[in-house]
Amino acid sequence: MQVKRTATAYDVCIIGSGASGGTAAKVLAEGGLRVVMLEAGPPVIPARDYKEHMWPYESPHRGAGVGGRARHDVGNEFMAPNGAWEIDGEPYVSAPGSKFRWFRSRIVGGRTNHWGRIALRMAPVDFKVRSHDGMGDDWPLSYEDLAPYYDKVEAYIGVFGTRENIPSAPDGVFLPPPKPRCTELIVKKACDKLNILCIPSRLAILTKPHNGRAACHYCAQCGRGCITASNFSSSQVMIPPAEKTGRFTLITGAMARELIVGREGKVSAVSYIDKDTREERRIHASAFVVAASACESARLLLNSRSALFPDGLANSSGVVGRNLMDSVGSDAGGYFPQLERMPAHNHDGVGGMHMYLPWWKFDRKNEFLRGYHTEFGGGRDMPGVGDYDDVCDSLEGYGISLKQECKKKYGTYIGFSGRGEMIPNENCYCEIDPQVVDRWRIPVLRFHWKWGENEIKMARDMQETYRAIVEAGGGVFLPPADIDASHPYGISDGGLIIHEVGTVRMGERPATSALNQFCQAHDVKNLFVTDGACFVTNADKNPTLTIMALTWRASEYLLDEAKKGNLGA
Amino acid sequence: MTITRRDILKTLGITAVAGSVLRVIPLQAAEYAHRMVNAEKAANQSYAPKFFSVHAYKTLQSLCNSIIPPDAGAQGAVEAGAPEFIDLLTSENPDYQLALGGGLMWLDNLCIDRYEKTYLDCAPEQQKEILDLIAYRRNVGQDPSLQPGIEFFSFLRQFTADGFFTSEIGINYLGYIGNTYVQEFPGCPPVPEK
Repeated sequence: MQVKRTATAYDVCIIGSGASGGTAAKVLAEGGLRVVMLEAGPPVIPARDYKEHMWPYESPHRGAGVGGRARHDVGNEFMAPNGAWEIDGEPYVSAPGSKFRWFRSRIVGGRTNHWGRIALRMAPVDFKVRSHDGMGDDWPLSYEDLAPYYDKVEAYIGVFGTRENIPSAPDGVFLPPPKPRCTELIVKKACDKLNILCIPSRLAILTKPHNGRAACHYCAQCGRGCITASNFSSSQVMIPPAEKTGRFTLITGAMARELIVGREGKVSAVSYIDKDTREERRIHASAFVVAASACESARLLLNSRSALFPDGLANSSGVVGRNLMDSVGSDAGGYFPQLERMPAHNHDGVGGMHMYLPWWKFDRKNEFLRGYHTEFGGGRDMPGVGDYDDVCDSLEGYGISLKQECKKKYGTYIGFSGRGEMIPNENCYCEIDPQVVDRWRIPVLRFHWKWGENEIKMARDMQETYRAIVEAGGGVFLPPADIDASHPYGISDGGLIIHEVGTVRMGERPATSALNQFCQAHDVKNLFVTDGACFVTNADKNPTLTIMALTWRASEYLLDEAKKGNLGA
Repeated sequence: MTITRRDILKTLGITAVAGSVLRVIPLQAAEYAHRMVNAEKAANQSYAPKFFSVHAYKTLQSLCNSIIPPDAGAQGAVEAGAPEFIDLLTSENPDYQLALGGGLMWLDNLCIDRYEKTYLDCAPEQQKEILDLIAYRRNVGQDPSLQPGIEFFSFLRQFTADGFFTSEIGINYLGYIGNTYVQEFPGCPPVPEK
């Protein structure tokens, strides 16, 4: 293996092209800096890679994938190229007694190619949890500090929603929401009976033409990737304006291995593997923005050890890898016989829920701290493989009665998914495994995971709530199949909700945090970590919108510092 | 009846991709394979199975037809291409080869033991008798030796439903409307009183 060094001078090198990396690229390149971005995967080409509007029968595999592989996991072969739980040659390890699942996307745009487009602001109280209930830590910034950046992100990417004045779910800059589906009207009515809030959802999908992008055409296939870019992805919405400046260079197939520290203790270069040639190369820049996803960013810092930083870069506090959080997940469902009588109609809508349940019990004392929101959906979706497994198994038999029963049950199920706030604990962290390396000879992560009592109580509350809603809506409650000793109340495995954050957290004190409120490392002034790693807590809000707002804010700060000459290796 | 996490995520549509896999086949490859299967069908009139022997494939077709037969509402699983779909996936998956290849052999052996004929050669009432044994899990209680046949049939039933309900025939039968451009999402039509 030989090392190649580039002579090109860049102002900023961004590692990762997802929600955070894309936002940084747009703001920094438009701000006048020369930006280079490393992405470990290939480019995404919508016209080639997206399978929008393809019917299942247009593929001989009908969506099940080669050998039926996709049938045994969630999703199908029509999804946008989006990532995987396991990547050949790039393992990770769960410590004995722990189970953590890590979903990684190696592609331009990262996980924004397939994400749920759920775009929720954190509430004011979410930034000040320790002051509120004594657990965890406060953020080094307030809702008021971040609100202007939420505004900027929403105004730029386009988010639909409604103004509701709910303390746990702050309003934003919204496009009008789509009309509710039948399933959503049933749940709304049931929630009204129970005094549970049920409001239009907030998704980064365009219900009107917006900033040169076409409005949604309601095919419900956001997860396949959108040819018209009517939903948000970093690859289609953030990278193109960066490219337009002429100051942006994208290097794909580049797996970052280590950040190199130069004179004055600043980062001078990143060393990466060119996956095509297997050569090791270096990129020099004045500042570095690490946005490789929470755990991958922690891994890069921990693998960047030097005489000056023996425990990993920017890790004098020892918090890098610690404070790992995911969302608390628990699912249930209901069968609603009244839906059997619905006439055939177009139920598609946007690719995701039109309504959701924000946290509603913020005004009372509960058996657990913090809260959760609920996503739900179902109804007359496009049929797919696996849809009738349960009808087949419960009815059994064969023949015309089976065929008719399947038709009768079509579109009569509604599923509910709770997404709750986890309180960080000392049993949940990642570290470098002392033995295992990946195919690029880069040491891999080892995960430790254990839910706390608060999370399990929260999962119980989710199950009770969904039973109440289903029964109030005239349905039959269907508990999750996966309740067992390691999944009390159906609580998800760590990492499964793909909301992992917190591993390079920000804070006011360098002794207990790695970054300041602008995602800048306390120890290394030209190093920024802008992805979910910087989170102090993991509110019951899907993290993507907050990642983008924090990145936008950090990038403007970086631009300012660069102008003042305060960066530079 | 319980609902699995997979079902929930599926109903959520977009959220479902939480666990989806990257190993999707490229579009061109899918289209190519699709054309290939169609071309084979057109050329030979009868499809040449990729995995199953001619006898096993005919048995598979017969079973698919029993599981989802044609009726006044729509054609059945065979017309919908379920056997070809099952054969293609089985040719690519050693687990399926064991489950279905082994299951078909088990079935013929049972028929030979009982009637001295393969399943295909059995009279319709004999076939019905056999299916009524392996189509219900409760029958294991009376005869534990039925277990492998019941597992086989349960898997084939799901697989046949997949093949049928993802076909144009099956999708029209369910009455799914969508997968198209609409200017404005129309919302929910009135729910009939009765």
